[in-house]
Amino acid sequence: MIEKRKSWMSLLAISDQNDLLNLWDQKKIKISYEWLRQPEIGSIMAQGKMGVTGDKFNIGEVTITRCSVKLDCGTIGHSYVQGRSKRKAEISAVCDALLQTKMFKEVNENIIIPLEKIKKDKRDKILSKAEATKVDFFTLVRGESD
Amino acid sequence: MYVAVKGGEKAIDNAHSWMSEIRRGDPSVPNVSLNQITEQLTLGVDRVMSEGSLYDKDLAALAIKQSRGDLIEAIFLLRAYRTTLKRFSYSKPIDTANMLCLRRISATFKDIPGGQKLGPTFDYTHRLLDFKLLAENETPLSPTQQFENKKVPHVLSFLNQEDLMQKEKDNNLDPIDITREPISFPTSRAARLQALSRGDEGFLLGLAYSTQRGYARNHAFVGELRIGIVEIELNIPELGFDINVAEIILTECETVNQFQGSKIEPPQFTRGYGLVFGQTERKALAMALIDRALRWKELGEDYSGAPAQDEEFVISHCDNIQATGFLEHIKLPHYVDFQSELELIRKIRADAKRNVKRL
Repeated sequence: MIEKRKSWMSLLAISDQNDLLNLWDQKKIKISYEWLRQPEIGSIMAQGKMGVTGDKFNIGEVTITRCSVKLDCGTIGHSYVQGRSKRKAEISAVCDALLQTKMFKEVNENIIIPLEKIKKDKRDKILSKAEATKVDFFTLVRGESD
Repeated sequence: MYVAVKGGEKAIDNAHSWMSEIRRGDPSVPNVSLNQITEQLTLGVDRVMSEGSLYDKDLAALAIKQSRGDLIEAIFLLRAYRTTLKRFSYSKPIDTANMLCLRRISATFKDIPGGQKLGPTFDYTHRLLDFKLLAENETPLSPTQQFENKKVPHVLSFLNQEDLMQKEKDNNLDPIDITREPISFPTSRAARLQALSRGDEGFLLGLAYSTQRGYARNHAFVGELRIGIVEIELNIPELGFDINVAEIILTECETVNQFQGSKIEPPQFTRGYGLVFGQTERKALAMALIDRALRWKELGEDYSGAPAQDEEFVISHCDNIQATGFLEHIKLPHYVDFQSELELIRKIRADAKRNVKRL
């Protein structure tokens, strides 16, 4: 369960807000909930490692929006999403809550799976373009060999 | 002593109003949209994010538009905004071995597992103006090729296996955060790397070039340069587990440098390291060269007095916002300061004249 939840929360966090909002608006899920924490814009400090494997150091910050909601059934949903869209954070938290309820199938099929496809297509496109720029070396032999 | 002088409000308002009008330019030319900036001036956006030390493409684009393309002004705007954000927490360290590479090259080994991928680069172009861009034609899609989605190992890890490369050990230390604590000298490599990662590209470029020309000689090979997408993991305290909260582009550069060896260590290659937000390879490369030059003490090398070896000099002057703030403030009114100088010099001259007469 935790692994699944990590996976959908991560996907919602990095999804393009327009993609998420479009899918959500298309589905027209009627649901009522209350705020546990209103959307809040802030940042996290990204850390890297010196020389790939060494000690940590700070690279710079990334904007993040977070919020928490509670459905009428009592299920709590959280979100920490990239960027400054309060609406994206809100929908992500509601999805997180719904995915823990009987609504799992509906939300998974209509929101999560399409977002996964968008992510995979985007990555596959990058990998396939990068592959096309792979260098094939050939060596020129200079001078005479005995 | 400071004496406040009032006045000029109307002039300032009118100056800003004119600046806004000029920023908009000829109204018959379409207004530039933020999407156009994020999509078509990507590398400018990346530079503003890296030196502004805040990864947010939309804000960087807005800053570029607002600053009329003056990137240091844009970086200033982003830095100022950054200070208003509540800091939620620190990420888990990013593992760049998991990077989805757009570009990955090595100047030290030809054949590397995963291959050399040039990616979307200016390298090998002829640097001739492309007049075709004047006509707004559609650009054809670039070719694609079948790929295997495999983790791309770091090139220098192969040298690690033979112990030819100095290992970078994780001692699990928490780094200083220069946005929270002022830097004092001598400082740590962690503080230096943070300062360099958001340092001015031009300043770092000049300094890195100075090391190549012989000031702090440390001949560097580019062991690996990679640019790509990484995900940032964060521990969520409410939940007690980690999730990925963001996806960003990073440029990473590892240089291989000569090392004499010492009484206690056999000769080994050492590393310079650069890691920067966005597609910023000139900066990442410069950062790696300077990181290496600044490590002279730790590696038991001689101090030749070169600027790039002087951490106080490098770190105190690489921040373009600090630099421009101090530099540009001298154009603001200093009437009172100057008045006192003026009086002083008049007095000295009058005294000198009197003395001459007396002789």
